[in-house]
Amino acid sequence: MALYQDVTMAGFGGQGVMLIGNLLAYAGMESGLNVTFIPVYGPEMRGGTANCTVVVSEDEIGSPIIQRPKSTIILNQPSLEKFQPRVEDGGVQIVNSSLVDTALVDTQRIRSVCIPANEIAEQVGNGRMVNMVALGAFLKATGVLPLEKVQASLSHVISAHYGHLIPKNAEALKAGYDFA
Amino acid sequence: MTQRTGKRVFIKGNEAVGYGALAAGCRCYFGYPITPQNEIPEMLSSALVEAGGEFVQAESELAAANMLLGAVSTGVRAMTSSSSPGISLMQEAISYMAGSELPGVIVNMNRGGPGLGDIGPAQGDYYQSTRGGGHGDYRTMVIAPSTCQEAYDMMIEAFDLAYKYRNPVLVLGDGIIGGMKEPVTLWQPEKTDDKVEGWQLDGAKGREKRLICSLFLAEGALAQQNRHLLAKYTLMQKEARAECFMTDDAELVVVAFGSMGRIAKSGVRKLREAGHKIGLVRPITLYPFPTDVLADLAARGCRFLTIEHNTGQMVDDVRLAVRKHADSDFFGIMPGDMPGAEDLMAPMIDALGRK
Repeated sequence: MALYQDVTMAGFGGQGVMLIGNLLAYAGMESGLNVTFIPVYGPEMRGGTANCTVVVSEDEIGSPIIQRPKSTIILNQPSLEKFQPRVEDGGVQIVNSSLVDTALVDTQRIRSVCIPANEIAEQVGNGRMVNMVALGAFLKATGVLPLEKVQASLSHVISAHYGHLIPKNAEALKAGYDFA
Repeated sequence: MTQRTGKRVFIKGNEAVGYGALAAGCRCYFGYPITPQNEIPEMLSSALVEAGGEFVQAESELAAANMLLGAVSTGVRAMTSSSSPGISLMQEAISYMAGSELPGVIVNMNRGGPGLGDIGPAQGDYYQSTRGGGHGDYRTMVIAPSTCQEAYDMMIEAFDLAYKYRNPVLVLGDGIIGGMKEPVTLWQPEKTDDKVEGWQLDGAKGREKRLICSLFLAEGALAQQNRHLLAKYTLMQKEARAECFMTDDAELVVVAFGSMGRIAKSGVRKLREAGHKIGLVRPITLYPFPTDVLADLAARGCRFLTIEHNTGQMVDDVRLAVRKHADSDFFGIMPGDMPGAEDLMAPMIDALGRK
C-alpha cells in the first residue's frame, strides 16, 4: 500500500496551525513525496478556529480538500467539537488536553492521543510552541515522516527574522514526539 | 526547447502564476486588489520590478484592463489578474482587445457569485470566460489549471498563445488553485520574445503609420474583420486539449475541469479500485473546447456525467460535443459550498447505477 496520510489541523487563530501545516507539507516534499496544503478561510476566521489540511502521498494527489480526514490535530475546544465527528473510523486524533475537556474526547471510535501541549511547551521554555509539541506527537502517532526530516525543514518555513527560535522549535517537536 | 532547472519550490497557486509570468518574460502587470488572488500582485509588486519590469496598482479594474490594452499594443508581454467581480469590470477592455487583436493575458481566480458572492472558490464564470464575456461576437482562449504546477506552466503557455494568435488569453483558476500550496518545479522557456514586427505601436519614425482599433465603419470593413476573427477562432481549435484518465475501457465518463477535475479524480480512482468502469476527461482548454475527445468517447458508447462548481454551464459544451450519440447528466456543487471527493463520488455512484 502506497504511503498516504491526510490531516486537518485546527485551533485558535494565532496558535500556529498554518505554520505546522506548512512544515509538515514541506518536509513531505523534501522526502520526495507529493503534498498539498490548503488553508480554509471562512467566517470562523473572525474569532473562532483557523484550520488547514495537508495531504502527503506517494501517489498523485487528487482532492486537497478532505471531508473525513484520517487524522486531526486539535489545539482548542471549538476545533474538537467541529472536527472530531468528521475523523474517519479508526483515525488518529491529537488533542491538546491543556485547552480541551478530555471528557468529550472520543477514545472508542478514534485513536486519540491527549497531550498537555501548553504545559509541555512551557517546560521546553516557550509557551507559544504548542503547535510544535502537537505536531511532534502527530509524527509519533502516525509515523508518516521521520522527526528529523521535519526538524530539518524548520529553517525553510520559519522566516529568517525568527531563525534564532529554530532550535527551540526542534526541541518542542521532540518533546511532543517523546510524550506520545 | 526548455531549460528545466529542477528547482522545486513549495508555493501557492497564486504565486505559481506570478513565477510563471516572470518565466514567460512578462514585462508589465496592472491590477487592483481582490481576494482570492492577492498573492499574484503581492509577489509581482517586488519580483517583477526586480526583474526590470513595470508594476502598477491601478485605481480600478477598469483602468488596469485598459492599461493592459495599451501595453500589449506596443508588443510587450503584459498581464492583469483579478477575481470574478473584478473580471466583470474588465470586460469592456477585453472586448476591445479581441476586436483589435491584442494579446493580453488575463488571470481570473474565480470566486463565488453572482454579485459580490463570497471569497470562496467557484466555477460560475465558465460562461463569461468561454462566450467572450463582453459585448460583441468574439472569443478569448481559456485555459484552466488544476494544480499549482499547471498554474506555472500555463502562464508560460498563455503568453505564447496570446502572441501566436494575437488574441486575449484567459487563465481560469479558482480560490482552491489560488490558495493551495504544492511543490512546483520552476523551469525557464528558451524563447520569450514574440514576432510583433508589422503591427506593434513602437514609434512610426522611418516607417508607415499603423493603426490598432476595434472600430470598423467603412462599408464591409466590420464584416471582413469578423470573417477574419472567425477564421482565427477556427484555426485555434487545434489547440484544444484534455487530460484523459482511465477512459480506455470506461463506460461512464466524468467530465470536470480545474480544481473540480482533480477532486473528481480522487472519486474516479476510488470507484476504479472498487471495480467500476469509470474514467475522467478533464478539459484543459475550455475554449477551444476538447469536443473531439468527448465525441470519440460518445461514439464508442460511453455515458457522461458533468460535474461543476456551479449550477450547470460547461455541461452545455459537453452535450454539444456528444450530441450525436449521447447526452450528459449533470451534478453541480453550489458556489458557496466547498466540495470534497465524497461529495463528487455520490453522483458518480448514482450515475453508475442508472445504466
